[in-house]
Amino acid sequence: MALNRKIAYIDLTSGKIETSKISVEMRKKYIGSRGLDAYLLYNHIKPGIDALGPENVAIVSAGLLVGTPASAACRVHVCAKSPLTNFYGSSNGGGFFAPELRWAGFDHLVITGKASEPVYLWVHNGEIEIRNAKNIWGKYVAESQQAIRDELGDRDIKVLTIGPGGEKLVRFANVMTGLKNSGGRTGMGAVLGSKNLKAVAARGTMDITLAHPREALDYNREFMTQITSSKVSQTQGRLGTPFIFGATNTQGLVNTHNSLLTQLENSDAVEAEAIDEYITGMAGCWGCGVHCRGKFVIPSGPYAGVYDEGPEYTHQVSYGSITGCRDTIAILEGTHLTNMYGLDVLEVGNLIAWAIELYEEGILTDEDTDGLELRWGNHEAVLEMTHRIARREGLGDILAEGGFRAAEIIGRDSIKHFVHVKGMGQMNSDEKATPALALNIATASRGADHLRSRPAIDLYHLPEDVLRKIYGQPVPYDGPLTSDYREYEGKAWEVFWQENCYMAVDSLGICKYHTTFLGATHPNFEEWSRLIYLITGLEMSPLDIWTAAERANNLERLFNMREGLKREDDWLVDRYFDLPNKLGIPAVRGRSIDREKFTKMIDEFYQYHGWDEKGIPTPETLKRLEIDKEPTHVL
Amino acid sequence: MGKVLVLDYEKCTGCRLCELVCSIQHEGVSNPSRSRIKVVKMEWEGQYVPVTCQQCESAPCMVICPVKAISRDESLNRVVVNYDTCIGCRMCIAICPFGGMSFDTPTQKVIKCDFCDGDPQCVRFCETKAIRYADASEQSLTKQVAVADKFIDIMQNAAAAITTV
Repeated sequence: MALNRKIAYIDLTSGKIETSKISVEMRKKYIGSRGLDAYLLYNHIKPGIDALGPENVAIVSAGLLVGTPASAACRVHVCAKSPLTNFYGSSNGGGFFAPELRWAGFDHLVITGKASEPVYLWVHNGEIEIRNAKNIWGKYVAESQQAIRDELGDRDIKVLTIGPGGEKLVRFANVMTGLKNSGGRTGMGAVLGSKNLKAVAARGTMDITLAHPREALDYNREFMTQITSSKVSQTQGRLGTPFIFGATNTQGLVNTHNSLLTQLENSDAVEAEAIDEYITGMAGCWGCGVHCRGKFVIPSGPYAGVYDEGPEYTHQVSYGSITGCRDTIAILEGTHLTNMYGLDVLEVGNLIAWAIELYEEGILTDEDTDGLELRWGNHEAVLEMTHRIARREGLGDILAEGGFRAAEIIGRDSIKHFVHVKGMGQMNSDEKATPALALNIATASRGADHLRSRPAIDLYHLPEDVLRKIYGQPVPYDGPLTSDYREYEGKAWEVFWQENCYMAVDSLGICKYHTTFLGATHPNFEEWSRLIYLITGLEMSPLDIWTAAERANNLERLFNMREGLKREDDWLVDRYFDLPNKLGIPAVRGRSIDREKFTKMIDEFYQYHGWDEKGIPTPETLKRLEIDKEPTHVL
Repeated sequence: MGKVLVLDYEKCTGCRLCELVCSIQHEGVSNPSRSRIKVVKMEWEGQYVPVTCQQCESAPCMVICPVKAISRDESLNRVVVNYDTCIGCRMCIAICPFGGMSFDTPTQKVIKCDFCDGDPQCVRFCETKAIRYADASEQSLTKQVAVADKFIDIMQNAAAAITTV
């Protein structure tokens, strides 16, 4: 049954492993994966602990529909207290690991303590073994996975691993599976590294029984076609996420030169078309018809002949606009470096761009950089700095601590140049012209990030009645909605809606490219309600799913508040208000975020949640969502 | 000759949805280890090859079966197993040059592709058409066209080289 996968509690200090079932009641309340993880984190992590200490709890989980015919239901969620932000840490990745975890019998692994020497977990058909990883420690991401397959003698084992970045406790290290599937942001790789946990290997042959197999198969064919028949998914399947760059850069919405600019001029070498010259084909994650992972071989340089996957939009920005670079091969090489070290490419790009600005301003000198000329456009220096971060050498060692800590070490007002939310570096885009997206990054539970509440379709200038069709369900909304992405009106609702949409899709374990993210006609609550019923037999209305998502989002909020989050943390750096766009189309030039309007927007956003003006969930809200007694320690 | 599964590994993205839908169609469960088709992946080189029964005209499994449980069903151009006769000796698995015959542990039976009785689910779900249900002659036609393309290139390049000289 799709509902019978268990939770395993693994104490790496004592080596003790226990398991428990997940009741139908808890399923209905939290669905699974990120939703139930919110409950588990809130219940298992004591406030104020050291994120890199043994008392932190790392949870690895697979969504409710993972490993079933639901389209692209392949996502793994890894969460813990973040060593980067000291708030809620959360990573979500694709690939093939999560389904394998479910065929091996588990949905959640709750990992506590610290092993006395490097270990990995071997999860196999209902059993879990802690195995020595001394011979694997130190290996790169792909090599680590192959070494475990070789050791256990099964080429079909799927491995979630950390690379050298996580081992060296780089505070924004990823967990990785396959060549490039990344659980990025907030440094979950460093948490695993701090526990001496190199990897989790899974292999399973246990049935997932479906409630209505024939109907589930037929409906998924429809569900998949709804996605793959759209232009946006077809383009993505042809070019991968790099296709986004052309549209956003042309308009002037891309993070360029550490957010001093919003457009990379003369960007030919960074565009999807330039990258496409090196793409030999596309690869798909588990059960996905979109197949957005590019395959390439690096043609020249120190990694000539090396095969890898990507690049993503994130690499175009980190090794392109944000650092001012214009070299296609450098983008391919940067992709390979972040993949092999297991580093978050967004944070790498953001921090190096920050360091470049500091160097250009004279705040960092040649002495700080060991002679490396950190100038806009010096792609060789950017690549070299990536190595130094991963190996924790020189300035790289300082940047590996993340922006807040690095700014303390560097001093000299360097913090004023760090573009972040909640201590996590700003990502690809620049939202000075787009208040909806600005609100998204300011309030996202894991810091400056697009994957927690971004109304990306707000950029499409959709007619109001279309917006109303999307954002007017499953709860009625009759407030304003505006097509113009520069407006403030109605946008708070969009962000609130997307927050619940993304929580639900993360709880189901489906990829965000298969819901209302890039595609306006993609499935959401109503379609999921049907999928859940056909696959698991659970009857959850679209509204039930929405409420479960809202519940989990509120628990993430409570977690953050318990760690000291204040309303002031839901805010943007001054650059967003005081530095109007200089480049881009006329519609965005001269735009910046208006402090007063943005404050009102946040008020409105809080009201939709049932939070008070300080951003704290009110007792009525907690009661309505049945989380007023948390932590209840049921699981 | 009737229809066969035409597999084009160059189009395969390695998503393995074919394995999943196969297991649901035949066993009613989601479990790729019980699928009749497998995508063999050379992950670190980016090569993905779908492998299944070729429904051979002169099938080694048919020849080696000691109890004559395997026969050809000409109506659907497929090789079928008669489970009333099959003794589960797995000789068919041993002899098959393609790995087209597998063993299903839960039911203790050999299993193989049966074209889903004429509506192969792997084909229905393969978005890139790496698996097609088509007339066997089409397989060679596709290759002939590809070779023709190459041939034209070669001849034109040669002609250009001669002209330059």
